Amino acid sequence: MIYKVIGKDEFRKLIEGLIESNETFGPRQVDTGKDGQPIYQFRKVDSFDDLELDYNYTASSLKNFFLPFKELLSRYAFTDDDWEQGIEYRVNPRVIVGARACDINALNKLDDIFIRGAFPSPYYMARRNNTFLIGMDHMPPEDCFCESLGELTVRQGFNLFCTDLGDRYYLSINSSKAFNFLKKVKTSNPTAEDDRKWIERRQLIKSSFQTEVETDELPDLLDIEFSSPIWKKWGDKCLNCGVCAMVCPTCYCYGVEETIDVSLKQARKERQQYSCTVVDFAEVAGGHNFRPLKEDRLKYRYYHHYHGFAENADQQICVGCNRCGRACLPGINPKDVINDLILESGDDV
Amino acid sequence: MTFKIPKQDINFKPFMNRPPDYKLKHEIMRTDRVYKCEVINIIELTAEEKLFHLKIIDPAERAIFHFRPGQFLMLEVPGFGEFPISISSSSNNQEYIALCIRKVGRGTEILHRARMGSRVGIRGPFGTSFPMEEMVGHNILLVAGGLGLAPLRAPLYWVNEHRDQYRDVSLLYGTKDPSSMLFTYQYEQWRTVNRIRLMTIVDRPDENWTGRVGLITELFKEIEIDPLNTYAIVCGPPIMFKFVCNHLDSLGIPMNRMFVSLERRMHCGMGKCCRCMVGSTFTCVDGPVFDYWSVMNLKEAI
Ligand SMILES: Cc1cc2nc3c(=O)[nH]c(=O)nc-3n(C[C@H](O)[C@H](O)[C@H](O)COP(=O)(O)OP(=O)(O)OC[C@H]3O[C@@H](n4cnc5c(N)ncnc54)[C@H](O)[C@@H]3O)c2cc1C
Ligand code: SF4
Ligand code: SF4
Ligand code: FES
Repeated sequence: MIYKVIGKDEFRKLIEGLIESNETFGPRQVDTGKDGQPIYQFRKVDSFDDLELDYNYTASSLKNFFLPFKELLSRYAFTDDDWEQGIEYRVNPRVIVGARACDINALNKLDDIFIRGAFPSPYYMARRNNTFLIGMDHMPPEDCFCESLGELTVRQGFNLFCTDLGDRYYLSINSSKAFNFLKKVKTSNPTAEDDRKWIERRQLIKSSFQTEVETDELPDLLDIEFSSPIWKKWGDKCLNCGVCAMVCPTCYCYGVEETIDVSLKQARKERQQYSCTVVDFAEVAGGHNFRPLKEDRLKYRYYHHYHGFAENADQQICVGCNRCGRACLPGINPKDVINDLILESGDDV
Repeated sequence: MTFKIPKQDINFKPFMNRPPDYKLKHEIMRTDRVYKCEVINIIELTAEEKLFHLKIIDPAERAIFHFRPGQFLMLEVPGFGEFPISISSSSNNQEYIALCIRKVGRGTEILHRARMGSRVGIRGPFGTSFPMEEMVGHNILLVAGGLGLAPLRAPLYWVNEHRDQYRDVSLLYGTKDPSSMLFTYQYEQWRTVNRIRLMTIVDRPDENWTGRVGLITELFKEIEIDPLNTYAIVCGPPIMFKFVCNHLDSLGIPMNRMFVSLERRMHCGMGKCCRCMVGSTFTCVDGPVFDYWSVMNLKEAI
């Protein structure tokens, strides 16, 4: 990694240059919530001033830039008694500005599955390879717990990462593309003073977390407490709506559906994001459901997130953003569920 | 000042002369591409099940398609859906692939309307297989319930083609009623030509049935099992293989010598959609064939 320091007005020039020549996305306020707080999302930006880089969090994650809710996998063109399959996964280059560390870590986890896994996905790779990603640190929102999961800092998976030093950014440069762009604007090598400020900033962020979740023993605990009553307690509240998985930066389960065009000449095979909390997730033809109860499904979501699974070397995939907790109408959130699980296991002994 | 990001395309060229190596990054391309097949034969087995013979049309693609007994493929009926099906033919058969398919939902329903010459697609093969080599020199006990005979046909072909390498081979097969019994036309050949001890049983007999009546576990009363020299392959509904495996376990067959094939909902076959997960394991990648020890250690397996 190469490090540089850039003044905020020079940084502005860099971003303006990127916006001018590429489709660029960044945090923007899209509405105001019931509580009067702004709601942010990643949206297309046309100028630097559209960006709200001080946003607390976006309601949806970056995931959908790489795994769209609905994605065309292939097309079938029918002729008399035959058909031809067409596959397309070209993506135009684009820029995303202002991604938080945990969101980039989430992408790195998706990379493990969709790029480094057994059958890499060309659809995902095309999107990932053609995205220029600029990350930016921030003070943690009060309900975030990425620090507990070790996802507070990020060392890969981005092109450029900015640490805010007040009037300057301390840049971590992780790609030759970014390095070459930076040659055209004014940057300097970090001084000892910059380094000190960088460490201070990191320490400040680390010490500002207000939410902590005990996750070290979780994989074992999830195995041991597989039939714990807390799953029923929390499962009973669940509405099977699937929103938690839609907003989560690492949930990636999907379904595949095919539809025939009204002309009967074409068909589309599409991948659609799904959620393991939805009732028919594990239902098979004939009606048998391998996870018939809400508690089975909710437990499975936690199991997958905090126990991990073979495909990604048993890594936990939650990054602690609490988007699922915020989005859940009945208030099911990782912090409370995990605390309950830990308390419950304490009762056993 | 402008900063144009260059476009990066990934490889589009299909591999034609050998199976794709998905581990090689520079080769990654159409993982969703199907091999186009023609239906060259349809055999009606029961009111609900048909056996389809599929021939991969492109000779080069046909030459690179190899599978092992127990593996499955994703069958694509363009416009109607894609679903996993176990391969029911010999892994030696370079001409066609046989699939025994029950009509249960949208995709399978449409497939049942296919005629000779209809064209479908396949992806795969996917998943784990039965360790046929490891079983050499031992007795083999095959236990199937209902449609569970379909995934057993590939290992059965293997055994028949290498019959002298195996000792006693038994096939215990149970169905709900006589009319749902599959592949009845092959029983005589299996018994006489392949020296397989084949025993059948039905739960609900009809007036013509003269054979045994009861649950599949009844059949164990009639055979001697040498637990330390036997490998077992069990396929059928979960409740059935649980009973059967528990029984075999009580006889003393080591759990890592009993194999089952699990069934779960599947949408990709490639460890991506997560629909097939059992606990933290993918049925499509780490299965569908598991030894019973692994199954016992899987959360939510049975
Ligand atoms: C490893 C494996 C091997 C199989 N082998 C055979 C076989 O040899 N013969 C046979 O008749 N059936 C087999 N099945 C079951 C077969 O896959 C289902 O009957 C089939 O998916 C039903 O699809 P459908 O479109 O008709 O039903 P729908 O209810 O319309 O299903 C929609 C989709 O859900 C998924 N799905 C639904 N049911 C199942 C299921 N039971 N298993 C997996 N996915 C499902 C599929 O992706 C399907 O496209 C096997 C299943 C698995 C997992
Ligand atoms: S958001 Fe909450 S209610 Fe909806 S499925 Fe997830 S846990 Fe259940
Ligand atoms: S906190 Fe919730 S939404 Fe965020 S990564 Fe973890 S499971 Fe996903
Ligand atoms: S079938 Fe999609 S993960 Fe197994």
